[in-house]
Amino acid sequence: MGDIIVLVVSCILINNILLAQYLGNCPFLGTSKKMETAVGMSFAVVFVLVMAGIITWVVNTFVLVKFGLEFLRTIAFILVIASLVQFVEMFLKKSIPALYAGLGIFLPLITTNCAVMGVCLLNVNEEYTFSQSLISSFAYAIGFGLALILFAGIREKVLLARVPKPLQDTAIGLVAAGVLSMAFFAFKGMV
Amino acid sequence: MIESLLFMLILGGACGSILSLASKIFYVYEDPRIAQVEYFLAGANCGGCGFTGCSAAAVAVVDGKAKPTVCVISDMETAANVAEVMGMEVGAAEPLLSKNECSGGTRADDRYTYQGAPSCRAAEALLGGRKVCTIGCLGYGDCVKSCIFDAIHMGPDGFPVADEAKCVGCGACETACPKGIVHVRTMSERLLHFNQEDDALAPCQQTCPAEIDIPKYIAQVRDGDYAGAVNTIRERNPLLLSCGRVCPHPCEDYCRRGIEDEAVSINQLKRFAADYEMHSGERLPIPCAVPTGKKVAVVGGGPAGLSCAYFLRRLGHDVTILDAMPKLGGMIRYGIPEYRLPKEVLQWEIDGILNLGIDYRSNATLGADFTTASLREEGFDAVFLGVGAWNDYTLRAEGEDLNGCYTGIDFLTRFARHQQGDSDEDAIPIGKKCVVIGGGNTAIDCVRTLVRLGAEEVSLVYRRTRKEMPANDVEIEAADHEGVKFHFLAAPVRVIGDENDQVTHFEFQKCELGEPDASGRRRPVPIEGSETLMEIDMLVTAIGQGPDVSFIEKEDAIQNLQTTRWNTIDADPEILQSSVPYIFTAGDSYTGASLVVEAIGGGRRAARAIHMYLSEEELVPVPKSLQKKHIPESLFESVNGVVQKKRAEMPEMDVAERIQSFEEADLVLEESDALAEANRCLGCCRICYNKDKEAA
Repeated sequence: MGDIIVLVVSCILINNILLAQYLGNCPFLGTSKKMETAVGMSFAVVFVLVMAGIITWVVNTFVLVKFGLEFLRTIAFILVIASLVQFVEMFLKKSIPALYAGLGIFLPLITTNCAVMGVCLLNVNEEYTFSQSLISSFAYAIGFGLALILFAGIREKVLLARVPKPLQDTAIGLVAAGVLSMAFFAFKGMV
Repeated sequence: MIESLLFMLILGGACGSILSLASKIFYVYEDPRIAQVEYFLAGANCGGCGFTGCSAAAVAVVDGKAKPTVCVISDMETAANVAEVMGMEVGAAEPLLSKNECSGGTRADDRYTYQGAPSCRAAEALLGGRKVCTIGCLGYGDCVKSCIFDAIHMGPDGFPVADEAKCVGCGACETACPKGIVHVRTMSERLLHFNQEDDALAPCQQTCPAEIDIPKYIAQVRDGDYAGAVNTIRERNPLLLSCGRVCPHPCEDYCRRGIEDEAVSINQLKRFAADYEMHSGERLPIPCAVPTGKKVAVVGGGPAGLSCAYFLRRLGHDVTILDAMPKLGGMIRYGIPEYRLPKEVLQWEIDGILNLGIDYRSNATLGADFTTASLREEGFDAVFLGVGAWNDYTLRAEGEDLNGCYTGIDFLTRFARHQQGDSDEDAIPIGKKCVVIGGGNTAIDCVRTLVRLGAEEVSLVYRRTRKEMPANDVEIEAADHEGVKFHFLAAPVRVIGDENDQVTHFEFQKCELGEPDASGRRRPVPIEGSETLMEIDMLVTAIGQGPDVSFIEKEDAIQNLQTTRWNTIDADPEILQSSVPYIFTAGDSYTGASLVVEAIGGGRRAARAIHMYLSEEELVPVPKSLQKKHIPESLFESVNGVVQKKRAEMPEMDVAERIQSFEEADLVLEESDALAEANRCLGCCRICYNKDKEAA
């Protein structure tokens, strides 16, 4: 049980995918202008990451390792994740339109996002078991959501501040992201 | 090797077949236009449009939440393609284009030596920049640096010039400019812009009731871009052929060249550009915005109505003009004689406006053939009343209803209708000795018409002196040349007739000028005992006219339409909305008898209000509205470095020849003269102007 807590804390805070590993910067800057968008994106990431974590673990363990094709891991993962997201999108659109309306437009955006890809590869590198993979994927996604929602809140406040014109928009966003990232560095060494 | 190939093939095949199967199973109908629109979008998923990716943008376009120009990184072709998918006309898509208002650049003087960073933003931080001018371009090109499409460059005169072909309307330059003189606007936004206190405006442009960008079109004529000049004028004035002929050009009174030299002949250059288009054999295309589906009825097809209809149509509304007369044009067709504005020219101009897709019904009189209530029933969302001022004032003197006595507008209209063959009435019998009373343009039009109709002796009687005459100077002069006798300081007393009620004499009293009255002109005071008899056989009184608002009584629904004591329709001067919310007005029916160009400007102002009314926005006045007021700093009192150059003479037909017919008397400038005249323009703005570069 203790191991699981350590794993969760390390994935959410210490190795936060956005602020400590710097993966997934495009949606981090692109969808953090409005709180509403950020929340939608966070849920989509949780959804996709968990799905991707499961399916890539299955593909890796039962196909790649079994046939000794580990060198094809990256390309195989890309293909699998992309197809999975497309499939899920179609499924949601037909079966759960309400959920699709909430997540729909964000799903294709993270189809082959580096954060998703990175988590799947990390899971394999760390040689996690199925349940560990599942938990770490979920925890990474929560970390992603946490960072994104925090950041969206900051950017909404920044909109009200007087920012020198050359620094407006993305530029001040990057500065804020840097400061936020340094704050997350305080978690280093916790575990 | 083979293993990996095989593996990828199987994996790819499996994914592909699952997805294609899924797409069949999970098929959901969606608007096919979404896919079509998305096909044309850039596909970069950059998010620059504010939507999450291109498909989201496509959905927004189909839902009507975004315009076809939504994609900021695509060119006009994309926008046109998207517009076509959406069933809008190609070209209807409204491109955002960057325009720079300041054409001064390095012209204004420096207040101090600036040695800081070569950036407008840095320079602006120091007391608003080194330039004396508070609004002009600082010239360091922050806008040029901000443009990632290479669409804006520093021009030779030290101000940025935007390249319309490359501009995508992203707005980076507007954001970068600390002075706020670079604007990214759509056509509709440009059409709806009115002069504001903080705009970069030359004195002439502040004076023009239609607010035409005069320095810009003159510069375009100078550079040989005549089509560009026509388009510039058309952004403010759709009746440029007519105005180029009949406008008394108040702008020229404020021309800064006029201080040191003669004023630039602004109106002749307008006519030159307008005639260029007419004679080029091809009409320049006039873009219109995407149809809005709103319907507006324009009552009165005169200059105000035509202008209002033209601007509303360009803003995408469905417009129908209703006019009481057989043909459109109103006072400029029936009040202005053929020799000043040939009907053929006028018709060409009106056809161009109607070609935008404006319907019209002629011989339809408000209150008789239709009412505002019947228009509302027909589905018109708003009504514009531009019924003009057609009621002649009368002398209120004894005998003015004798045979042979006419009133000015009535006389001109009856004659014009007879001349155009759109009335069954007989021609008005023309006397030998004719007298016209009045000093305005209508009076002059009457005397010059009478001269052409073969009256032996035509006199004009006016109670003040020539200096006080409200008519255009050139017109008075032309009448003088054509042999009209002027009787100044003469006030009519009575008209005397014979036993058949035929007018024979006209009695007037001599006057002298007294104290100035409300209009600032000196009031004529009759001298007792100076009564004089004049032998005449025809009399025309042209002493002013007012609107005919009798239609109000004929309809219950508009009983509460407020009028002023001058019989004009009462409305807010900025919004031009009457006391009945869906009725708007402008032109003579709002201002009382005034200039054509005033009616055109009013028509556009009313179109702005109607547009806001139809868009269900709050009707707000133009912010920092100028409305012909002047910005004091722009009226600089001296201009240095001006080399005297003669103003272009107006070419006109020989007097002996022109009084024989109704052929156009004033002619258009030769191209070389127009170019020389355009070069006289100093291109003024708020405080700077171009010095003449070389002595001529």
